[in-house]
Amino acid sequence: MATKAGKGASRRACLKILAAAAGGVAAGVGGAMTVGKLGRAPEGPWRVLTPEEARLVEAVSEQIIPSDRDPGAKEAGVVHYIDRQLDGPFKRFAEKYRTGLACLAKTSQAMFGKAFEELGWSDQTRVLQALESNKAPKDIWTRPSASEFFGLIRDHSMQGFYGSPRHGGNRNYASYKMLGLEYPRVIGQNRYPDKKG
Amino acid sequence: MANKHVNAVIVGAGAGGGVVAKVLAEAGLSVVLLERGKWHSFDDHTDDELFNQRTTVLGNAYGPDDARYCRVVENPDGSTRTVLPSEGGYNNNAACVGSGTLSYGAMGWRFMPQDFQLKTLYGRPEGSTLDDWPITYDELDHCYERAEWEIGVAGDDEGNPFAPPRKKPRPMPAFPYNKEANILIAAGKRLGWHPFAVPMLRNSIPYGGRPKCIHMRSCCGFACPINAKCGTQNTVIPAAMATGNCEVRTDAVVSEIMLDGRGKARGVKYFDIDDRLQEQTADLVVVSASATETPRLLLNSKSKLFPNGAGNNNDWVGRNLQGHCYCGANGLMDEDIYEEAGPGACVAFSDFSHGNKGLCGGAMVANEFISLPYAFTNTRPPGSARWGLAHKEHQRKYYKRTIRVMGPVQEMPVFDSRVRVDPAVKDHWGIPVTRLSGRRHPHDVEIAKFVVGKVEALLREAGAKSIWSWVPGLGGPSGGQHQAGTCRMGNDPQTSVANRYGQVHEIDNLFIADGSLNVTNGGFNPALTIMALGYWVGEYIVKEWKGGTRFRA
Repeated sequence: MATKAGKGASRRACLKILAAAAGGVAAGVGGAMTVGKLGRAPEGPWRVLTPEEARLVEAVSEQIIPSDRDPGAKEAGVVHYIDRQLDGPFKRFAEKYRTGLACLAKTSQAMFGKAFEELGWSDQTRVLQALESNKAPKDIWTRPSASEFFGLIRDHSMQGFYGSPRHGGNRNYASYKMLGLEYPRVIGQNRYPDKKG
Repeated sequence: MANKHVNAVIVGAGAGGGVVAKVLAEAGLSVVLLERGKWHSFDDHTDDELFNQRTTVLGNAYGPDDARYCRVVENPDGSTRTVLPSEGGYNNNAACVGSGTLSYGAMGWRFMPQDFQLKTLYGRPEGSTLDDWPITYDELDHCYERAEWEIGVAGDDEGNPFAPPRKKPRPMPAFPYNKEANILIAAGKRLGWHPFAVPMLRNSIPYGGRPKCIHMRSCCGFACPINAKCGTQNTVIPAAMATGNCEVRTDAVVSEIMLDGRGKARGVKYFDIDDRLQEQTADLVVVSASATETPRLLLNSKSKLFPNGAGNNNDWVGRNLQGHCYCGANGLMDEDIYEEAGPGACVAFSDFSHGNKGLCGGAMVANEFISLPYAFTNTRPPGSARWGLAHKEHQRKYYKRTIRVMGPVQEMPVFDSRVRVDPAVKDHWGIPVTRLSGRRHPHDVEIAKFVVGKVEALLREAGAKSIWSWVPGLGGPSGGQHQAGTCRMGNDPQTSVANRYGQVHEIDNLFIADGSLNVTNGGFNPALTIMALGYWVGEYIVKEWKGGTRFRA
């Protein structure tokens, strides 16, 4: 359900992201993580996700909150938030992630003949739009449904990006800075003297 | 070792039970106040916007927890689903000392006199069990006053010609308005409306030995770091303990009210922190566990005389579950209206609480508590991008430019909107869980549509460029944190569970003191009314106690 404006903006961001991804491959020397034609998986260690799944989640989350003049989901470490919660309160979603990510990989192959991470920005967007609107191939998606899985990973990405940094995402208070909110603002405040009181 | 027999055992240390504990303990009764949760403070969770009582994606900060509790909800098609406490369908109230009053937004409303007499004023809509309360506003006035002074409310009635009458002002001055409120005040006045300050159970000046508010942006849903919010956990419960007559026992999950062969309550059974079954006998039992847990406890307490649950021989326990039919609108402004001064909600209008042609009641409307960045990701005009750069751009552009005004429309009680116990699903302790079913009355939606129209007009007058509103649908049971009505008070035992003093009709030493008693739920946040009912019930118990040996077995 991305709007026209969204698509236009995505196209602009596409070039930027590709450039960043290329840089990532070049810099990815010496890491123990999988390095193949998909590029280096994000730095672990991972609690629940495999390095390959982590790379896919990171790519999806970056589509959900793309980098522009402010950091996006990748830079804010959203995938770390998701992985950490899948080992905690989100344990109940772990199976859905495992199945959903596999179905997403298949959908990408079915639609464009490539892995999701290999696709250009706008094709990635198209895959996710197909998921969101439940137009992804029905023989691939049974449970969870494509839109249910997309809703889940979309919501969790927002939480990781905008939520409290203590849970693994929102690295360097990226979203607070973006919104112009002071942070941290509470620490120590309960010890401030009340001037009038 | 058996627990020592006491005069009164109270189940649930929230808005109602905390007050009853104080009234009884001060009158010299020995009291045990049982609470399934713990004592909590701000430091347990700080201002974690994913883990509090308002946004619960990582759990309920102040309970109940997802590991040990669950409920069953009936879908409109009759199928059921199991829900966890951190999920919306659970209709949760905090499980801790103070319950919701630890972390609430702390609006301290009195209901209006009309709210106690809806049936007489407007007539009963078809399909509703609408009735008048058996008590009037005037009778409850002194209890509201005690709640305002002993717990603490800031506010005045300046500017509100619809304010309910009072004998004594509130103890603290009203809070100042924020930028957004001033815009709404000007707009409201141009429309001929009457803006006034939202009364708050929060310190506008140092009060009760606690400091004044420091205006956190994260307030509603969080414990206060400096104790400036006034709940039962930092007022009446410590006062009850200070008498030496009240013991607060936490981590005590009550499973059953023990009933004797003569139809009286003997006390309660509960599981302690180590999951050991304990018994606490008492001369009288007060249940104040919330409108979803109080009926569950009564229904789970069976005896020969009460095969369908305590006080339920007429099948009214758990009926008439209500909450509020919350409706409202968002407006996008051209300039920043955000101020780094919480909690946000501070101006209200009571112009549409009553007297709306053809409508049975209404709602006050007020600006809303500050929406934290994650919560705001779901605040979008219809048709907007839910993700991608456009979504991010909206977040950046409008986080500080969105005004939300909302109103809690009072709901028509519906007999089949109800709390039962599930025949199969049990919690960690093996206690049958709450099962919620039913749907709201169509008239609630009519009222909400009317109220939303007014809110839209206000936002338009305030200069909002894009306005979108919402009205709840009919599907699913209502309830939420404002849950009420499931053990209605009334004069006729055939159509109510408790009498006008919260005393269960069929069991004279069993009392109810929470929102379950509410016949209707007012077009206002109900916390102060529940506190007032705590005084009302507590004062009656003390009077009866001193008048004889009525409750002794």
